[in-house]
This record gives sequence, C-alpha cells and structure tokens, in this order.
Amino acid sequence: MSNIPVDLKYVKTHEWARLNDDGSVTVGISDNAQEQLGDMVFVELPEIGQEVTAAEASAVVESVKAASDVYAPLSGEVVEVNEALADSPETVNQDAYGEGWLFRIQPAAAAELEELMDAEAYELFLASEAH
Amino acid sequence: MPFIPHTDSDIREMLATIGAGDIEDLFDEIPEGLRYGELSGIPKGMTEQEISRLMMERAEADGRPLCFMGAGAYDHHIPAAVWQITTRGEFYSAYTPYQAEASQGTLQLIYEYQTMMAGLTGLDVSNASMYDGASALAEAALMAVRGNRKSKSNRILVPTTVHPAYRKTTRTIVDNQGIELVEVPYCSEGGNTVPDSLKHFEGEDITALVIQHPNFFGILEEVDELTDWAHRQGALVIAIVNPTSLALLKPPGEWGENGADIACGEGQPLGVPLAAGGPYFGFMCCKQALVRQMPGRIVGRTVDRDGLDGYTLTLQAREQHIRRSKATSNICTNQGLLVTAATIYMSLLGADGLARVARACHANTRALVEKLTENEYVEPLFNRPCFHETVLRFSLPLADVMRPLFAHNLLPGYDLSTDYPELGNALLVCATETRTAADIELYADHLNRIISAQTVAGCPVKPKMA
Repeated sequence: MSNIPVDLKYVKTHEWARLNDDGSVTVGISDNAQEQLGDMVFVELPEIGQEVTAAEASAVVESVKAASDVYAPLSGEVVEVNEALADSPETVNQDAYGEGWLFRIQPAAAAELEELMDAEAYELFLASEAH
Repeated sequence: MPFIPHTDSDIREMLATIGAGDIEDLFDEIPEGLRYGELSGIPKGMTEQEISRLMMERAEADGRPLCFMGAGAYDHHIPAAVWQITTRGEFYSAYTPYQAEASQGTLQLIYEYQTMMAGLTGLDVSNASMYDGASALAEAALMAVRGNRKSKSNRILVPTTVHPAYRKTTRTIVDNQGIELVEVPYCSEGGNTVPDSLKHFEGEDITALVIQHPNFFGILEEVDELTDWAHRQGALVIAIVNPTSLALLKPPGEWGENGADIACGEGQPLGVPLAAGGPYFGFMCCKQALVRQMPGRIVGRTVDRDGLDGYTLTLQAREQHIRRSKATSNICTNQGLLVTAATIYMSLLGADGLARVARACHANTRALVEKLTENEYVEPLFNRPCFHETVLRFSLPLADVMRPLFAHNLLPGYDLSTDYPELGNALLVCATETRTAADIELYADHLNRIISAQTVAGCPVKPKMA
C-alpha cells in the first residue's frame, strides 16, 4: 500500500496539495503516482509567474516509461518551482511528499482546496481504480 | 525477415475471429461523407517485365542533362561503394528495425551517423533523421516554440532568403498551430539578410529567428551578427545549413557568442542521387538543453548486462506511442536507407574528402560565373560571397535563353522569376565538383551563341542594364 499522508489534499490525477502557513499551496505527485511511473529521468516545471487553472497540465514528469502531465490541483499563480529537480529528478521517487515537491502556487481562491479529496477519500479512490 | 502477405483464407479467418463480415466493416465508424471512395486514377497492376520497361522509359525521359542547377538538391559524385554497401541485404530497408535485440548493426550505423552530424554542425545532439529539409524546418519551428518557454508570442522571423519551398512547407505545417511566421526582406545588393533590417523587431517578443547559410541564393549570411542579435532578443536561432558547406564554413554550433540552438537541412548532398525530387532526407541537430523537445528517433550507446557496448533507441518517452496527441511530433520515423548511404558516404570521404568536395564546388562555381559573365548580357546579381551557388542577371528575356539550352540537354540553372519576380531575369546557377572546365566551356559556348543570335548579329547593341 502506498503512503498517503493525512495532512494533504489529493486529486484524481494523483497530485497532492499542501496548504502552507503563508497561504500558498505546494504541489507534488503522490507516492502511488511515482511508483506507477517508475524511475524519474526529467522534470519539466512551469515558469514562475505563470497562471495555472485547476486541472490544467502545468508540468511534465518523465520517467523511464513515460512522460506524464502534472495537473494543477487548483487555480493560481506559480510562485516557486523546485529547481533542485533539474539535477536530481529521482528525488520525486525517493521523497514524493517532501523534497520531491514540484511547484508552489498562490491560490486564486483558497476555498478550492477544501473541495479536494482528503487522504481517506484518495485511498478509497485508489482502491476503486485498482478494480 | 520475410514479408509474406496474408492469404485470402488468413483474412477470412481473422475476420471470423473478430466477428466482422468483411474488411470494409472495420471502417464503418468513418462517416460516408469523409471517405475518399474509389481511387479511380490508379491503374491496375503490372508484371515485373512491364513495370521494368515503364520505369526504364521514364528514367530515360530525363535525358541525363548536363546539370548546372542546384536550388536545394545538388549533383555530387557518389562513390560506387556507397550504394553497393547500402543495398546489402543487412541494410536494405526503408524502415529502421528498432528492436535492439535484433538490430545492433543498424542502430550502430545510426549512432555513427548522429555522431558525424553533431560533429559537422558543432551541436551536441542529432536525431536519426527526418523526411526532408523542408519538413525538418517545420519541425524545428515547432521545436523552438516548445523550447523557448520565455517567449509567449510564437512568432518566428523567417528571412525571404530561406528556400521558398521550405517556407511554404513550414507555413502549411505550423499555420494552424497558432504560430506566426514573419517574413524578413533581403538586401537587393548583397542578396543577404542585413542584421540592421531586424532593428525594428527589437523589444518585441520573438520566439526564434531562422537563418539559412548559405541562403537560397547561395550567398553567405552574416551569421555571427544575426545569431547574437536573436539571442539578445531572447529568441532561439534555427540554422538551415548545407552539409557539404560545413566542411569549410563555421558550424552553426559556433555562430556568434553562443551558437545556433537548432540546425536542420537537406541531407541529399551526402550520397543521395538526384531523383525527381526524392526520396531525400532531412537532418536535425540541437543543443543538449533542447534535446527533450527534439522530434524523431535518437539512438544512444549503452552497455548490456555483461558490460559490452550496445545501441538502443533512447528518449522515447515523448513519442506518439506513449504521449499520443501530446507527443513532440507526429513524425517519429526516419529515412533509414538514405541515412545509411549518407553515413557510408561520409565515412568514405572523411573530413578532408568532404572539404575537398566543398572547395572544388566553390572553385567551379566561381569559374562558371567568371566564364558566363564574360558575355556582356550576363552579370552577377549580388555582391556578397557565395558558397557553390549564386544568381546571374540577364539583360534579355531568360525564358528565350533557357529554352534552347534545354534543347542542348543542358540544365542552365533555376529560374527565380516565379519565387522572386522582383529580381527580373535572374538565374540561380551552381557548378559542383562534378562539372569540369570543359562542361563550363560548353555552357558558355552555347550561351554566347544563343545570345548573339537573339541580339543584332555582328553588331552588338549596348545591353540595357537595370
């Protein structure tokens, strides 16, 4: 069973979102997603200042198997990207919820976060997908 | 591996297995109105004897003229060994067998090709080839738009000194993808793209600048200034180059301070015979930073589990079979057979051999220009240096001069009046290493006789120079 931290929010496309103290939201891909994709070889991040909309393809993670879009879990402006991934994309595999974060958004409407799945719902969703 | 077509009973069995009545049923989801219907122009099949005869007659209809025409495809000497080796059974396939476990020889050959092309262009990576030079430019334009993420405009500057067919092809491919191609006029004295003429684009969001060098007129562009100008504007530089010329000219990877970002072009001069417009092959190289935006196949070298060298396709994660509609390109194949010929051609000539070919082409074209312009009705149109092709202006109607030359089985050059009507009676001429002093003499003799017959005999009128 993959790791699903209870303090995060999730979307069906397998991204997670964490609300920070300053109101910004950090985004990454779930442990389940990195496991399915396999060894990461490249991460293409959005530009700082770029406006993203919920469910819009905003980054690309490329593994030995496939290049997959990463969808923004909510709308807002990209305020920071994880530059360290350029040299060590494998961090996404090693620490999907920590050092392997992808980008940080200043949300347009923070309430959007409440509509996302919690850990329990995401776990149920994964279980239903497995069937 | 043998190719054995399905027999009628194979087909019946397969259809029965999936529960389809006949093959047409497999296409029933395509609405009637979108179907092309009968292909009435296709004649019925022929026997080997009939088709051999037809193709022979067609080939002979070309008449093997004495060729002084270039304009994108060039008449070079091809050592006999090139096609002798290329047509060996081990290589002889238009398709690339990609399975690493069964195709180490082919994959190694492509790897060697890529290494040679990266060396020639002075760039980090080459792909396994594209369809032709024109579509390679279109792919380079799409690649630049993907690769230049700072630019939001999707505007690409394309000088009119770029091959007209390349511009048309590129427009066809990128027009409906939200990409704007902006034409930049050339200097009428030099036949080149003057860096100062780009000044009014300064401060604007430009995604890329295309530079063809030598350009369509055969003229050398000011590549260093143009490259540096583009980079100062945050634009990428797409170079279109002639591979033969790269044996002498500075490679695109070294243009200006930082070099061109993408180089592409037509590979035909490297061992591919002129054949009614093709098949030829395109090449594409780029800087390492752009490699994930590069379309097509790339072969990489690796080691197997015993630590032995092996070759395999690499960087495939962004191709159609994985990314579907989001793939970097819809062209994920290459011109395997022609690349084989090109690799053998380059191996046989070596760097020195290719440089000798390039020098001979340049010298012959200069000799041709000198000889033809001895006639007072013919003059060089542009005052800037060329590689192996340049433009001559005639002070009498070009068609009247060309027709009798055709009758002498001589291809005098490419008439520019359709693509560049503003140039008047302008002829693009080329003399490769295959043209001898006697060939050039023959061209000049015919030309002088034809011109004197069309002007007042024995009493030359002062030509009307524009």
